[in-house]
Amino acid sequence: MEAPILSVRQLTVDFSTDAGNFRAVDGLTFDIPKGKTVALVGESGSGKSVTAQAILQILSKKARIANGSLLFNDPANGGSIDIAALPAESDAMHGLRGGRIAMIFQEPMTSLSPLHTIGDQISEALMIHADVDQAAANQRTMEVLGRVGFPDPKRALRTYPFELSGGLRQRAMIAMALITRPALLIADEPTTALDVTTQAQILDLIKELQVETGMSVLLITHDLGVVANVADEVVVMYRGRIMEAGSRDDIFRNAQHPYLQALMRAVPRFAMAENERLTPIREVKSASLASIDAPQRVQPAGPILKVEHLTKSFTLRSGWFSGKAREIRAVSEVDLSLPAGKTLGLVGESGCGKTTVSKMIMRAIPPNSGRVLFDDGTGLKDVHKLEGEALTTYRRSVQFIFQDPFSSLNPRMTVYELLTEPLRIHDIGTSDERYERVKHLLEMVGLDQRALRRYPHSFSGGQRQRLGIARALALEPRVLLCDEPVSALDVSVQAQVLNLLKDLQSALGLSYLFVSHNLAVVDYIADTIAVMCRGYIVEEAPKSSLFRNPVHPYTQALLAAVPDPDLDRPLDFTKLRTGGFSQPSAWPEPFRIEPGEFGVMKEIEPGHKVRLGRLSAQEAA
Amino acid sequence: MIRFLLRRIVTMAVTMLIISALVFFIIKLPPGDFLTNQIAELRAQGESASIAKAEFLIRQYGLDKPAWQQYLVWLGVMPGPNGFSGLLQGDWGWSFEYDKPVVDVVGDALWLTLLVNFAVVIFIHLIAIPIAIYSATRQYSVGDYIATFIGYIGLATPSFLLALILLYYMNRWFGISIGGLYDSQYAGEPWSWPKIQSLLSHLVVPTVVIGLGGTAAMIRRMRANLLDELGKQYYVTAKAKGLGPTKALLKYPFRMSLNPFIADIGNLLPQLVSGSVLVSLVLSLPTVGPILLSALKSQDQFLAGFILMFVALLTVVGMLVSDLLLAWLDPRIRMGGAR
Repeated sequence: MEAPILSVRQLTVDFSTDAGNFRAVDGLTFDIPKGKTVALVGESGSGKSVTAQAILQILSKKARIANGSLLFNDPANGGSIDIAALPAESDAMHGLRGGRIAMIFQEPMTSLSPLHTIGDQISEALMIHADVDQAAANQRTMEVLGRVGFPDPKRALRTYPFELSGGLRQRAMIAMALITRPALLIADEPTTALDVTTQAQILDLIKELQVETGMSVLLITHDLGVVANVADEVVVMYRGRIMEAGSRDDIFRNAQHPYLQALMRAVPRFAMAENERLTPIREVKSASLASIDAPQRVQPAGPILKVEHLTKSFTLRSGWFSGKAREIRAVSEVDLSLPAGKTLGLVGESGCGKTTVSKMIMRAIPPNSGRVLFDDGTGLKDVHKLEGEALTTYRRSVQFIFQDPFSSLNPRMTVYELLTEPLRIHDIGTSDERYERVKHLLEMVGLDQRALRRYPHSFSGGQRQRLGIARALALEPRVLLCDEPVSALDVSVQAQVLNLLKDLQSALGLSYLFVSHNLAVVDYIADTIAVMCRGYIVEEAPKSSLFRNPVHPYTQALLAAVPDPDLDRPLDFTKLRTGGFSQPSAWPEPFRIEPGEFGVMKEIEPGHKVRLGRLSAQEAA
Repeated sequence: MIRFLLRRIVTMAVTMLIISALVFFIIKLPPGDFLTNQIAELRAQGESASIAKAEFLIRQYGLDKPAWQQYLVWLGVMPGPNGFSGLLQGDWGWSFEYDKPVVDVVGDALWLTLLVNFAVVIFIHLIAIPIAIYSATRQYSVGDYIATFIGYIGLATPSFLLALILLYYMNRWFGISIGGLYDSQYAGEPWSWPKIQSLLSHLVVPTVVIGLGGTAAMIRRMRANLLDELGKQYYVTAKAKGLGPTKALLKYPFRMSLNPFIADIGNLLPQLVSGSVLVSLVLSLPTVGPILLSALKSQDQFLAGFILMFVALLTVVGMLVSDLLLAWLDPRIRMGGAR
């Protein structure tokens, strides 16, 4: 058998911090075979990124390789080097780094310097490692940029990262890593920050390039769906140790280790049974939920929240020196209806306008036209016309759960202050009553009441998100707007929070508007799903019919692009290669919508509506 | 770009107009002016010839007119006794205290001021940037602590005190006098090579004294900025490419950390003129600072007004320059706003 490109043997990395020393990677041993993809899987904090940094010797100053070897067998010259024995700033290490082993990172937004052009940053990588002049380097850069899918490589040389979309930035990163033709590519969560369709295209690109160049790939990810689609071999890590390793088929069809089995059960999948429940790795028991009394309230006859023809445009100034203003329509003629006690999922890629819609429902920004209607049992009222007492009541009835549990809690307030703040603002209860209420809220979200005196930084991401939920529940709302509430969380924690939201809904009779880009998550929690693209609702249906019979090309593309952790449902890369799913003017007839038009929603089966272009709708009528 | 420049120049002109009104009326706020004070003094001494001259000057500069008329004449938009002759026409007025045109009073001092302070700015950057880079890249090392300690001492030392100490010890140890900007024998001489040499050697001490506080402050700020940037992902990318540590540092995080300093140029230019008054007094440097101080004290209105207007102009121009430089250096500002 051919020698592996990289043999990791007993790798141990220690961190020394003010809080004490700890071992981030503990006796890691695995091989990366030539031309294959090895996936390193684990939750955040499991030591997978530290492993990658150790291979390149770009560990932070607090960390050091305490033990073990990293044997790199370069196929180009047949030599074998122990990377762990090289000094980090030696010439040999500089040559390997970027030259023979290249790396791409999670955040394409921040991993490129905003002050230098793409061309400068990519050609630099080549000029460090090869003896070429700037002109030749530019030529090669253009070739590589063209290869990774830049439509106009010559222009791309002079573009700055902030002028590009996230997908193109990640392509530029890949170009930068591959221009030196490395033997090993380390991809650290390369698609986590990208939309699903873009993710599928990037994964496809990495696979293609791998076939072309014969390089090996070390893929670091927490997404089992991605692993199932691109990895040859899988290494599962937990707390710096290997839990299980083996070929992809072994891992997915025959998971042995309890941790891996638990991880598999925690991921929402499309093929889940109707009432199947996710099993979080660490289940959180909510003591009081079962015995809770839902507040007795008049339930509205129709939907509790209704959005009619909502439209919102933003004016942009296009630059410092030009002063020309452009108008962008972020939300176009959106109609939504949220039945009481149900969940409406709003799905779409970044920038599709889903957050703008939720902000207009919150009355944080006014719409250009259209109405938001709310029914508290006394009939529908226009939210944007509410004033005084009625507005305060509305604010109490509709609460928000934010995406980022780290920045949505004030770090200078204790949990007690955070949770009582809504009560103080609305002047509810005496301080004793508030204390009782807060204790009760903590019980509901499964946190111990000893948490009250602590500050947010001492909680994990999932615990913080549960604090955010508790805060939203403080005023006994009827509707919760959840804006990507689990997208910043690990898979294991994600299941926990989703289950909590489900339990709360059935116990308290809440209605959710659940905004997310993750179709599998929405499938798990929502009753009805609306798919949004470029400010339009393109398709809306009960979840069973949406997944059984997606009609709109955008919905189909979105569904096809979600990597499922199921070996029998692989991604169809060829289908996704064409692109242009999110261009209303590029959709095939009868779905095509010309710029400036709105199209029409048409009901094709009960509850299942699709947006058609104007012309075709006229023909149909 | 041209539209941007035009818009900025119009706002600059409006700003200058408002500043000129403020400057003029604030100088005028205390009762009386230089000439009436002087006339009262002369009357007490009974010198009629000087009184006649003073009264001539009062008429000449329209000081007997209402303040708003004086302002418009000073500005040059209303005819005075000599027709249109004000700031806009390049007539900066008459210094009563020195009994000379303002231009003669400030002429030499103005460019010597610029020279001294330009040297200070260069000194600050040359010293502060390498130290800041050293202490940011070796955070919490012994060298970092030493640099930090020296920096705090620099911040806490009053510069005029340092000037006095140096003045004394330089004389005692080396027998040299460091007062003034050149040896007294060259005063009033035309510029010659020995005079320039003398100027350069006299420049050293004022530069160090005036620059010390600024250097210390700059080390602290630069270190903090750089530390922020060193944690950024793009720096890791640069290292992962195989760039050597020095080049990676200078090309990426260092350049990013420069932005606040470029934005500071607008504040820096006026400081070139108005800063360091105390040190100039102590070291008897012939710069604008002491002149401004005495002009304000004696209500020498045209002299004070001109210096203040000059400082204001430097501020406004400095802001424009720093904005243009920022746009040139940072593409996000040049092309941003669209997203």
